[in-house]
Amino acid sequence: MESIKISDTLDITDVVCPVTFARTLLKLEDMQVGEVLEVFLNEGEPLHNVPKSITNEGHKVILLEKAGNRYRMLVERGE
Amino acid sequence: MSFTEEQIIRYSRHIILREVGSKGQKKLNEGKVLIVGAGGLGSPAAYYLAAAGVGTICVIDDDVVDLSNLQRQILHTTGDVGRAKADSAKEKLTALNPDCRVISLHERLSAGNALEIIKEYDAVVDGTDNFPTRFLINDACIMVKKPFFHGGILRFFGQALTVIPGQGPCYRCIFGQPPPPGSAPTCAEAGVLGVLAGTIGVIQATEVLKYLLGLGDLLVGRLLTYDALSMQFREIQVKKNPDCPVCSDNPTITGLVDYEQQVCTLREGE
Repeated sequence: MESIKISDTLDITDVVCPVTFARTLLKLEDMQVGEVLEVFLNEGEPLHNVPKSITNEGHKVILLEKAGNRYRMLVERGE
Repeated sequence: MSFTEEQIIRYSRHIILREVGSKGQKKLNEGKVLIVGAGGLGSPAAYYLAAAGVGTICVIDDDVVDLSNLQRQILHTTGDVGRAKADSAKEKLTALNPDCRVISLHERLSAGNALEIIKEYDAVVDGTDNFPTRFLINDACIMVKKPFFHGGILRFFGQALTVIPGQGPCYRCIFGQPPPPGSAPTCAEAGVLGVLAGTIGVIQATEVLKYLLGLGDLLVGRLLTYDALSMQFREIQVKKNPDCPVCSDNPTITGLVDYEQQVCTLREGE
């Protein structure tokens, strides 16, 4: 399996909408185009909305997988 | 400057707006706005600007809170009757958003202090209840090249206009000069449906936020009028007066004057 270099990690399991999305956006803003952010999120509303919203902002969700009782998402920063 | 965790939460609904984002929110946090008058228009305008995170808000008003103000001046409460409006305003705005530095000036904006005060700010909101002060603010804003966000209400009517020096018409281009004392109804003579203050004050605040963010189309050269009874907004195209005494290339008004004040003189017990 191709290894992905993760530049930064963010845990948004302790906040709710819209702070989940806001914190993810702010973190991506501080990164370079092409860098990968690892995000841990809860199922339900965050899982339903955050990946979709991040994609709409021009970033690329490259992995979304269950990790224990939460989810792990890898996002590549877009332009 | 990076956001604190509390700021990320407080401003999250702004940050997630693509057109605002963290950069826009920072512009708001660095913005400095002067509100002339903590009354009907100034109250909702100041309240939303503080909520939005505008970094510095100065409220200037020489009046004290009267019971008859509370029908529309939502920054003040029954317990504030008799207090300086500027102080009452500062208390409410600071309680709403401690991020916001609020400066309260318990004095009247006059020919003597207007330029000195206005030059410190990025935007000036018209929350006055009289023509002389409104013309004074307009003239001062043209002289120190500051945007002026006009609003006015009477009975069931309201209007708003944004003046950006060097771009569109100024208030004087359209309205000429203050009406002679006695000809214009003062608030002592004319009633107003209180909620109109909210409608128009919030339009002024919207224009200020758009200006600070560099977004959208401002009410420059467009006088927005509102009739609450028919619930209709209209837009009147207004042009710069090439012979305007204050904003034309050859102005005849180059200094400020205090016109005879005709303000609300009807006070309870008087």
